[in-house]
Amino acid sequence: MKTDDLIALLASEVAPVDRHVLAKRFATALLCGLAGALLLIVTAYGIRADLATIAGTPLFWAKLALPATLLFGALLLTARMARPGTQVGRSWALLAAPVVIVWVVALVILITAPADAGMPLLLGNTWRECLANIVLLSMPAFIAAFWALRGLAPTRPRLAGGAAGLLAGSIAALAYSLHCPEMAVPFWALWYLLGILLPGVLGTLLGPRLLRW
Amino acid sequence: MERTTSQETLQARENELRALLLRGLDGDAKAYRAFLDQLGGHLRGFLRRRLSQSSELEDALQEVLLAVHNARQTYRAEQPLTVWVQAICRYKLADHYRTRGRQAAQTDWLDEADELLAVQDNAQAEARRDLGKLLQQLPPRQRLPIVHVKLEGRSVEETARLTGLSSSAIKVGIHRGLKALAAKIRGGA
Repeated sequence: MKTDDLIALLASEVAPVDRHVLAKRFATALLCGLAGALLLIVTAYGIRADLATIAGTPLFWAKLALPATLLFGALLLTARMARPGTQVGRSWALLAAPVVIVWVVALVILITAPADAGMPLLLGNTWRECLANIVLLSMPAFIAAFWALRGLAPTRPRLAGGAAGLLAGSIAALAYSLHCPEMAVPFWALWYLLGILLPGVLGTLLGPRLLRW
Repeated sequence: MERTTSQETLQARENELRALLLRGLDGDAKAYRAFLDQLGGHLRGFLRRRLSQSSELEDALQEVLLAVHNARQTYRAEQPLTVWVQAICRYKLADHYRTRGRQAAQTDWLDEADELLAVQDNAQAEARRDLGKLLQQLPPRQRLPIVHVKLEGRSVEETARLTGLSSSAIKVGIHRGLKALAAKIRGGA
């Protein structure tokens, strides 16, 4: 086939293109990911019994704010990476800022705590479950975010995959905080973040393979 | 091959191409055809300088044009068109070399800012890979919509009657078929 023939083929009978396809795909992915994680939480783990009481404390909302802001930053980064020729830009700052703030607070708490309270603050009673559960809960969103990207045009598949993984991890951490009994800042500064990072690492590994187009 | 360096000319070309693409995205087939024609000329000149073997030029060009078409829904009107196209081109070129197990030729992507529209080359060569043959390898659900609508110029409704597929299945078939075609090229044909 000559190049002219290919051009004729591509240009014949072109339907108007949906200009909101990116927003629609990510909205769908976000909803599916959230619904999947919440469904798992409700059916497999159970929502913590004292949620109504705990929801009255600022600490609970601070704990939600970490994955919520990371979710926002990761969503922005993933959406950028879905288009050819867009830069990472300020998305990095949006991802870094909540992490830095939470770590500073966690360090202050750890330093001012009595010497033998440090490890319990950091490890809590459930760090193993926490990590494994967040990674597990991220799977529906992980699949959904990769689906969204596969319909678009990521030209930096490693970065795009990593961003999609962070997005999935943030959604999972957000859902998990409805179940998680741990409230110490150092605990979630460490384990929630690790739980969000692991799907991100998985995303950078799978991106080049799954996002080719 | 022609070369231009005047900033005004380059900007005018960018504006013209962009306008054509935007009209094409709204469903104007004639404008879209003109966009692909002009872009093809620029891309041929651009790729010629970046491919170690000129026998691969027309194949690579067709690959990039198909990729531009498949990615067209990700173009935002605010974005410089050259930046968008060059990102696609660079991605496809890297892929092109990777599938052939070769290192990319020394390319100076850094000073490429205005490169794409500065060159133009309308000397069409023979492609080594036959996209028509690859098209025949697609499953019927994708092949038939492309053949009837895109090659024979039938309407979607007519094709639906002819094949017994629904109108939306025809549209989806074309969309998926052209993506599958790109995947077949990647597969090392």
